[in-house]
Amino acid sequence: MTEVLANPIAARAHARSMAGTVVEAMPVLPPVADDLPAGVSGDALLWEETIAAGGYASRRLPRGARLRLVDLKGDACASLLLFNAEMPTERLNVADTVKVQWNAYLGQGKLLLSDMGRVLMSILEDDAGTHDSFCGASNPATNAAKYGDGTNSGPYPSGRDRFLLGVAKHGLTRRDVHPCITLFKGTKIDPDGTIVPQIGPFEPGRSVVLRAEMDVILVIANCPHVLDPREAWTVTPLRTTAWRGPVTPADDPIRNATPEGLRAFQNVEDYFRR
Amino acid sequence: MSVDPHLSGLAGTVVHDVIVPARAPWLHHVAAGQTLRIVDLEGNQAVDFLLYAANDDAERYSAQDTVAAQGNLFLRKDTVLRSNEGRPMMTIAATSVEYHDTIGGACSCESNTLRYGHHTKSQHACVENFLEANLTEGRGKRDIVSNINFFMNVPVEEDGALGIVDGISAPGLSVDLHAEMDVIVVVSNCPQINNPCNAFNPTSVRMIVAG
Repeated sequence: MTEVLANPIAARAHARSMAGTVVEAMPVLPPVADDLPAGVSGDALLWEETIAAGGYASRRLPRGARLRLVDLKGDACASLLLFNAEMPTERLNVADTVKVQWNAYLGQGKLLLSDMGRVLMSILEDDAGTHDSFCGASNPATNAAKYGDGTNSGPYPSGRDRFLLGVAKHGLTRRDVHPCITLFKGTKIDPDGTIVPQIGPFEPGRSVVLRAEMDVILVIANCPHVLDPREAWTVTPLRTTAWRGPVTPADDPIRNATPEGLRAFQNVEDYFRR
Repeated sequence: MSVDPHLSGLAGTVVHDVIVPARAPWLHHVAAGQTLRIVDLEGNQAVDFLLYAANDDAERYSAQDTVAAQGNLFLRKDTVLRSNEGRPMMTIAATSVEYHDTIGGACSCESNTLRYGHHTKSQHACVENFLEANLTEGRGKRDIVSNINFFMNVPVEEDGALGIVDGISAPGLSVDLHAEMDVIVVVSNCPQINNPCNAFNPTSVRMIVAG
């Protein structure tokens, strides 16, 4: 330790001198984004953050909020947990999500369903098309086997460990890390059940826009896909932008697209009838 | 003395042998090294199945870790059923059905309202069974995760289309599960009557533990 930093006042000055530092992965407070969709005011911004390669974020978003995820450099891997913010025992149910919609592949117009027959979020826009509802996140054991280490404190953290930290910050625990979905890294299923990973890297700048249909807590882990075949632990930063938006109206095309989905929206509307 | 065909090939002493009635839950602790045999007595009966580590029930069966580790969606002979921490919990030691499902989840009163309509909300469902059984040991809704559906068939088509189709089981067919650790098995003998998973007619199954 240098002598000057042995003095608490000097240590304070040193710490304060860091203010204003800009790095690639960080939140912007208050949020600023110069590329919001037409008609969205900067005043509506709720969240602007770039999540580090191997990092995570957790956030509460209100019903109606839009969440845009951008794969900035083509190797982001956004694994997602979702909870009903006012009753987190209600959470994303991946099995119901694929079963109720009679389809396993996520994309524009698909709903992310809870285990209570309600839609937590819907996918408004998707220009990526490579997503995964089957494989879940890496865990310390899979990362240790592939990369030699899988701890949070090491160089190759796992999706599950990131989830654990993310849920903990909302008072949740190991029991709450439920099966997840992953955006930007995909899987396709062969007729014999073989899982074919679609890992890229892809062109930079692909994006997905989600709409919160309930007040939600979301936890995002940005770690390499569990079936990433590359020898090196490879992942790039993920940008998140959220803004306020109107609650889904009765004539919304996604709400009305299928009878099953319509009933999921009706269950949401019933929940908020108070 | 007549030979019980359902016990054929089962090694060790039978320590537990029970018939789970149609529509009912079942919970049982199976020790490492023991084998659980599930017999579909009348055929075309889905058996919804969850696992917890007996000494730490926050560690539980993970469909996603299981399919990712084997690179295949279907559970076949020699599939290792893995926990959310990547550890082997049980292994499919034998199966007289080619494969079993783990992506279709369990029916619930709530998901039934989506799949079939609100007129089905009062019908009994697998999640009700999972809750009833788990609540006896202090677990609750947070502990219910994606499950296995033994004897259930959920193919995935080229475009991702997926659905529960006709069962691939027949009377007397079975699956043997070898416990790799001390586990708590929680089963719902599926009461669903709105799709083909039980041939629209839920029936009883037999659970035999040996070792």
